[in-house]
Amino acid sequence: MTTGQLTPWVIGADLGQVVLFLIGAPLLVGLMRSIRCRMEGRIGPPVTQPWKDLRKLVAKQRTQPVQSTIFFASAPVVLVASTIVAVWLTPLLSTQVSLVGGSDLFAVVFLLLLGSVSMSLAALDTATAFGGMGSSRLMTIVALAEPALLVAILALAAPLHSSSLSSIVVASLHHPVWLATPQRLLSFGAFVIVILAESGRLPVDNPATHLELTMIHEALILEYSGPDLALVNLGENLRLTFMLALLSNLFFPWGIATGTGGWSLPIALVSLIGKVAVLGALVSVGEVGVAKLRLFRVPELMAGAFMLSILAVLSALVIA
Amino acid sequence: MRSDSLTSALLALSSGTVLVGAAVALWRRTARGIVRAMQLQGVALAATALVLGLQLHIALLLVTASLMVAVKVVVIPLLLQRLVALDPSNAESDPVVNVPASLVAVVVLTLVAFYATRPLVRAVSGVPVTLAPFGLATVLIGFFILVARRKVVSQMVGLLLIDNGIALVALLLTTGVPLLVELGGTLDVLLVVVVLRVLATRLHAELGVLDLDALKELHD
Repeated sequence: MTTGQLTPWVIGADLGQVVLFLIGAPLLVGLMRSIRCRMEGRIGPPVTQPWKDLRKLVAKQRTQPVQSTIFFASAPVVLVASTIVAVWLTPLLSTQVSLVGGSDLFAVVFLLLLGSVSMSLAALDTATAFGGMGSSRLMTIVALAEPALLVAILALAAPLHSSSLSSIVVASLHHPVWLATPQRLLSFGAFVIVILAESGRLPVDNPATHLELTMIHEALILEYSGPDLALVNLGENLRLTFMLALLSNLFFPWGIATGTGGWSLPIALVSLIGKVAVLGALVSVGEVGVAKLRLFRVPELMAGAFMLSILAVLSALVIA
Repeated sequence: MRSDSLTSALLALSSGTVLVGAAVALWRRTARGIVRAMQLQGVALAATALVLGLQLHIALLLVTASLMVAVKVVVIPLLLQRLVALDPSNAESDPVVNVPASLVAVVVLTLVAFYATRPLVRAVSGVPVTLAPFGLATVLIGFFILVARRKVVSQMVGLLLIDNGIALVALLLTTGVPLLVELGGTLDVLLVVVVLRVLATRLHAELGVLDLDALKELHD
C-alpha cells in the first residue's frame, strides 16, 4: 500500500494526473455538452469548444470592478490552485501517492470548500446585487453539500479506521462484494447528489442559463472577464472532472495502478479516462430529462443527501 | 463461506432498503411518490424473507415472502393508488414538520434505534440480529410520519411502515413467526387498509379533500 517513498515513478504518476486533468477537464465538459445537444436533436459545438473558448478569453482584456480588492483578483487563482492540489493529493491513477499524509478525505473536501469560499468572497467583493445573491445561494448549498460529501466518504472510511483515500481505494479494490452493501449504495447516492449540486448541474442549477431568478453559479462570475474568466471556467471544469474521478475511484476502482509495473500506468490512464467519460455521459443523459428544482426545494434535496450519507455511516457501523 | 458472505451482504442490502424506503416516504411530497416508496419497502421486505429463507433453508419463509409480495407490493399499493386517484392534487404541500427537518429527524430516530438495539445486538450473535436496528428505525419513522404528516394517504403509509418495521424485526430476530401468525398479521393489515380506505372515501365524499386537518370539529 502507501509506503511513502518519493520514487520518480510515484511523482511522475501524480504529475501525470494533474496534466491529464488540466488537458482533459474542458474536453469532458465539451463531451457532456455535445452529448446533451445530440440527445435534444441539435448538432451542438465540437467537443473541443471549451478549449477554444478558453483560448479566446485568455487573449482578451482583463477588467476589474472599481474598489474591488485582493479577494476578487485572487479568487480564480485560488479556485484553480486548490483544485490542482486536490487532484495531486488524490489517488486517481495510482494508489501510491507522493504526499501520503495529505491524501486524506478531510484535506480533499476542505480544498474543494476553499475554492467555493474564495469564489463566494469574490462575488461579495464586487458589491453588486447579483454577486451577493449568488454568494448567499452558493453558501446555502455548500453548507449542506460539503458535510454530506464528508460524511459519505466517511461511511467508506469508517470500517477501515483510516481517513486516507488511498487505503479506501485499496480496500474497495479488494472487496468486490462491498459494492452491494447498503453503506456503499447510500453513500453513492449522497455522493451523486453532492456532485450535481457542487458543480452547478441540473436539477440544482442550470449551467446554460443566465436567468437572474434562478442562477447560482453564473451570478458569482458576472464581473469576471478575459483571463480571469478563463481561469474560473477552467477551475469549474476541473472541479467537475475531479469529483467524477473521485466518485469513480472510490466506488469503481478497477484499473487503478497498485504496483509500479511498466504497463500499470497506461492501463490506469485509459480506465480513468473511460470511467470519467462514462460518468460524465450519464450525467448529461440524466440532465436531458430533468427540470431545474425550485430554489427553495434545493435544501430538501441537500438534506436528503445528508440523510443518505448519515444512514450510510450508521449502516457501516451496524454491519461492521 | 464465500456464498455465506454473499447472502449476508444481500440480507444487509435488502434490510437496509427497508429503512431507505421509509426515509424516502418522508422525503417525497406527492402522494403517489409516498405510496411508491412504501411499495419499494414491500419489495425489500419480501427480498429479506427470501434471502433469509434460502440461507437457513426454511421453506416457510418462502411462503411468507410470496405472501408479502402479494399483499404489500401488489394489493395495498393498488388500493392506495386508487385512493390517490380520487384527489390527484393531494400532495404534502404544507407538512407539519418541513422536509429538511423531517430528514434530520430520520437521522436522529435511526441513531436512537441504533443505540436502543445495542444490548440486543451484543447479546445475540449472528448477522441477521445485527441488522435489527434497521427494523426498529423503520418503526420509529412510521410513528414520525403519523405525527408529522396530515394527509390521509401519508397517515396510512405511516401505519404500514410501522407494520413493515415490526415484520422486519420479527424476521431478523426469530427468522420468521409461525405461518398462521404471519397470515393473521398480514391479512389484518390488509383489512385495516381496506377499512381506512372506506373511511377515506367517505371523508372525500363529505369534505372533498383527503386531509386530516379538515376534521377539526364534531358533527351530529
